[in-house]
Amino acid sequence: MSISKIPVRTLRPADFELLPAQSAAPVIVRPSRSYWQDAWARLKTNKRALVSLYIIIALILFTFAGPLVWRVDPARQDVDQISVGPGVDRRAIVVEPWQAWDGSSLAPGYDSGEGLQLAADPTTQSVRLLWSEVPGATYYRLYRNLFSATDIDALGIPMADFSAGGRRWYEDLLDLQPREYFYSITAFDANNQRMDEFLTISADVTRVITMDEVRSKELGVDIDRLQLGDEVFLTFHPLGTDYLGRDMLARLMAGAQVSLFIGLLAPLLFVSFGVLYGATAGFVGGRVDQLMMRIADFVVALPFLLFMILFQVVFGIGPGESGIIPMLVALVLLSWPATARLVRGQIMQIREEAYVSAARLLGGSHMYLIFRHMIPNTLGVILVTLTFAVPSAIFTEAFLSFIGMGVAPPTASWGSMSNEALKTMLTHPHELFFPALMISITVLAFNLLGDGLRDALDARMRGME
Amino acid sequence: MAAYVLKRILQGVLTVWFIATATFLAMHNVPGDPLSGERATNAAIQANLEARYGLDKPLTEQYLIYLGNMMRGDFGISFTQQNREVNDIIREHFPVSATLGILAVTFAALGGILWGALTSLYRNRMPDYVIMFLVILGISVPSFVFAALGQLALVNLNSLLGVSVLPVAGWGTVSHMILPALVLGLGTMAYLTRLMRSSMLEVMTADYIRTAKAKGLTPTRIFTRHQLRNAVLPVVTVLGPAIAAITTGGFVVELVFAIPGLGRYFVQAVQQLDYTVIMGTTVFYGAFLVFMVILVDLIYGWIDPRVRLK
Repeated sequence: MSISKIPVRTLRPADFELLPAQSAAPVIVRPSRSYWQDAWARLKTNKRALVSLYIIIALILFTFAGPLVWRVDPARQDVDQISVGPGVDRRAIVVEPWQAWDGSSLAPGYDSGEGLQLAADPTTQSVRLLWSEVPGATYYRLYRNLFSATDIDALGIPMADFSAGGRRWYEDLLDLQPREYFYSITAFDANNQRMDEFLTISADVTRVITMDEVRSKELGVDIDRLQLGDEVFLTFHPLGTDYLGRDMLARLMAGAQVSLFIGLLAPLLFVSFGVLYGATAGFVGGRVDQLMMRIADFVVALPFLLFMILFQVVFGIGPGESGIIPMLVALVLLSWPATARLVRGQIMQIREEAYVSAARLLGGSHMYLIFRHMIPNTLGVILVTLTFAVPSAIFTEAFLSFIGMGVAPPTASWGSMSNEALKTMLTHPHELFFPALMISITVLAFNLLGDGLRDALDARMRGME
Repeated sequence: MAAYVLKRILQGVLTVWFIATATFLAMHNVPGDPLSGERATNAAIQANLEARYGLDKPLTEQYLIYLGNMMRGDFGISFTQQNREVNDIIREHFPVSATLGILAVTFAALGGILWGALTSLYRNRMPDYVIMFLVILGISVPSFVFAALGQLALVNLNSLLGVSVLPVAGWGTVSHMILPALVLGLGTMAYLTRLMRSSMLEVMTADYIRTAKAKGLTPTRIFTRHQLRNAVLPVVTVLGPAIAAITTGGFVVELVFAIPGLGRYFVQAVQQLDYTVIMGTTVFYGAFLVFMVILVDLIYGWIDPRVRLK
């Protein structure tokens, strides 16, 4: 550095006289912006991060305000609507209670004719079938199928056998759903050989309900004014129901509470602990620092998922417990070292900064240095870590619940809902789709927000992506 | 170099000891008893069983015996299948998990490097946007969803073509491995793609690239010899943790695809409170991961002279 020459001049008393007030010169300064104002301004220009922020706010509303709006018990079973998808037909016709059929009376509009035929309108109460005699047959076998029967070797489930001299009618009462069924009948000759011909008929079953059922299900209709043949609507499930007939929307909300509880609280706890641990190690330094960091290294080396599972077992999930707290504790115990390492590095760097030395020279106490200089200067990095820790915690919860090592049933979480839905994925895809979508959206939103925050808060990491 | 290797290995051994101790302590605090209930119908039988597994001794003695056995590579006998040694179980199931893991890591690394390089070449153009969108999808969608979707797609493909292109689940032949490995590696591949892209963009502005351009090298040669080689280094660094994540993350994929790997066996053992199997598997996995990370670090030193010189 070169020393510039300053012209030397003796000072005169006139130099110390007050100058007359001047008209205000135009001030050309930008308004001063604090670190956080600057970060917020940067974040606001990042569309992806902003949209993610709105999604997260919507998600929190869904989780906490949702159950106030959609007041359905997530554990309540609707046995009439098991594994139904969203937007299915919920109409049901009010009919008389079921009465046994004698096998001969025909409903109005039905005639006894040749072959296999219906004797009444097929309903979810019963499907009544009649058939005419086949010459040479000793007994008949009746089948039910969900698909049109075209092959004599694939007629569906055998329902019953009837000897030729006995009755030639059947009333099907078995778990009838409002859909189309195909009934087929084959005949066997005197040598117990199946005859080549088979008869088949389709029955388009309509959903029916009795007055008593309407009353007990609390469907919100005025029972006194209800008449036979009226149409009523079964309970509304906007997103359908799961395999036990539980409302998907209510379960998603309950699951969101579990997933977000773990996803937000666990990172908050382990990041806080990591900050304290890392700041202590970085600030104290020396032997203590080395020892503390070795311990952190050990914890890092533990195989994460294995120990998550192990801890779940160690803490034990008793009957009636949800298993949320053990998971929280295990997550905190295993996840803190990453933050601790990061914060330690930051603190060690800041410790050597000139402004910290200046503050120390001016007599700043340790506490003052930590809370005035070190923590505020690491807060940006900590916040970014926290944001990225949320999706990984949510993922961990989902994984564990998915392999059956997470929350215990009947507690709903998005992971356990996905696990339950996997078995019926092909027939009821909505049961897997919604929880998987919720996990994906949440993780995506937090990841994008984290990216945005990192760009906005951390000058050094800016433009790293 | 030799001193460094030795130091790392010693550290690794120490870490494995810590894992073993943590596992031992954890397992001895588990509520419930694998020997009570239907297995031991009266006190005499229970005492005999406890003696067989050494559970009647004081905790410190048990710990020393446990450490001694472990050093000899003996993990004991399974609690639930009393004719099976834990070593046999590991020997039978670990190769399956390892094969799957190696395939997945290979797939993730190659894919990540390829896609990352591609996005940096097409920076801020359509291919970049498309790939980065897929990357975000890969990071955000849990692997069990990919597994389920993959199976679904395969079922439809098989029935559409009328032949079995790839089996949907199970284990045995190479064709069984492809889809699970793809699914298992997908998340890591997305992560590595991102890393590779930022690393490529960083290298692009380096001095040696400018020098290479000034020397008049062809763009292809600059790309392959200078840019790609240097940009791959950070990817290699995270490969150690990636291997760890993939091998222990195999549970889900093994479960969905019905693969008889160690991960699935571990989950089963935990459900049955099979102490010895749980301890053996955890320590074995822990040791495997520790030494994998060390190996990757050493490889890194070998391919990057700057690290070796430190």
